Amino acid sequence: MFLTKEEKRMLEGKYGNAVKKSMEILVALGNIFGAKRLIPVKSVQISGVSYDNLGDAGIEFLSEMAKDGKVVVPTTLNPAGMDLENWKKLGISKEFAKKQKIILDIFAKMGVNITCTCTPYLVGNKPGVGDHIAWGESSAVTYSNSVLGARTNKEGGPSSLASALTGRTPEYGYHLDKNRKPVVLVKIEADLKNEIDFGALGKVLGEKLKGKVPLIKGIKKASTEELKSLSASIVTYGGAPLFHIKGITPEKFRDPKKEIIIKRKDIDEAIKDMNDKIEEVDLVFVGCPHCTLNEIKKISELLKDKKVNKELWICVSRKIKKISDKKGYSKTIESAGAKFACDTCPIVAPLKGRFKAIATNSAKGVFYNRNKNNFKTFFATLEDCIELAVRK
Amino acid sequence: MITRGRIIFKGNVKGEALVSEEEISFYGGIDAETGIITEKGHPLEGKSVKGKILVFPKGKGSTVGSYTMYRLKKNGVAPLGIINRECETVVAVGAIISEIPMVDKLDKDPIKNIKNGQIVEIKGNEVIF
Repeated sequence: MFLTKEEKRMLEGKYGNAVKKSMEILVALGNIFGAKRLIPVKSVQISGVSYDNLGDAGIEFLSEMAKDGKVVVPTTLNPAGMDLENWKKLGISKEFAKKQKIILDIFAKMGVNITCTCTPYLVGNKPGVGDHIAWGESSAVTYSNSVLGARTNKEGGPSSLASALTGRTPEYGYHLDKNRKPVVLVKIEADLKNEIDFGALGKVLGEKLKGKVPLIKGIKKASTEELKSLSASIVTYGGAPLFHIKGITPEKFRDPKKEIIIKRKDIDEAIKDMNDKIEEVDLVFVGCPHCTLNEIKKISELLKDKKVNKELWICVSRKIKKISDKKGYSKTIESAGAKFACDTCPIVAPLKGRFKAIATNSAKGVFYNRNKNNFKTFFATLEDCIELAVRK
Repeated sequence: MITRGRIIFKGNVKGEALVSEEEISFYGGIDAETGIITEKGHPLEGKSVKGKILVFPKGKGSTVGSYTMYRLKKNGVAPLGIINRECETVVAVGAIISEIPMVDKLDKDPIKNIKNGQIVEIKGNEVIF
């Protein structure tokens, strides 16, 4: 791989140990995947934040990097393992909170914006068409690649950090035109009505297409929330972190020759598959990926003058929550007895053993709560989830 | 026999081989405290990677696996060296941040040619056994 004079100096350690280590990671990845050079990135989203996933060794690694490492491009952060202000109310232990705070202090020391959200594109880190970025968090990677037309591979924790500390990423994969071209035409012969239909479509496509990039035809309109749901789901269930939808996503392509047809029956089967036989749900959660302001508004309307009869968690970024406070939505929601879980989500929080069955409108949430937390799942729309939470 | 490959993380180490025909997931598949392979039904389930030249086709699973390798190293139970048929991102990044000498893409297939328990040396891009 070609390196500029400056990049060679970075690799030799002239700019400190964190930059050296970062360059070693990026150059190795570049060589493995046949990149010709490094390219500058406009922003970074770092994954690998929860203490539940990092452990003490993760803390050690990050501390080592933070000794002389500083981010050189705007960098935002994935959800942590707890709500940074409200962790006690959500049942997080003191020990866990202490470790989680250490991790966030380390990121802050390196200049990372402590956003703690899987939806950086809703809180100011929103790349444009053709922008090269290096993002972790598979749902955000897929949203930015597909809906925003930005260019990123699915980065892991260490490689996204390496890009933040150097401002570079190896040029391979979805940074290159040839790999962004759709190879399968997907004809949708079903009316997709809501976020769970889009989540179910993601599951169907992820499982059917594996890593192949699709061009989807037959969707007339799709809201931000529905595209967020599809982005999270398709990559969770094994798909590539990039899709195109004719008339909706920004990149234009000719129809690929190979085609598949998706009917209502396929969507319904996927929805059925995400619903376990359960008698009682003990946690209802929405906001995977984190809620938009629109979703918060809708929840406040649904909860107006009502009381919840179950744990209802609303996962959202701190920034959107603050806007919701100003608009008065938060008050309505909290008066009903629902809880905000800012900065976190049930996937990265230490919840194993605390609940038996959860209800959610997220297909991604279904996958991880089944496999990581061992919970049974009820998969339904936002309206139905809220209805379930208030039902006596 | 001497065979050459591609350096993922450069180093010289010599030790006993632990060979797996199956892929390995470090996150969830190996105990970070003990170095023991815990993945249910894995051919090496119950074996420890500590101090071994770990030979396997490639890594699989979550990107958190890189951090698990780092945990193994810090706990003193990491493999001495790693040989892959062809590596992927998680294990490559794990080897780099944990400073575990690693090579892949050897001239001769390591899984077929290296026997369990055999003494193997990684010397830069060379593997001697």
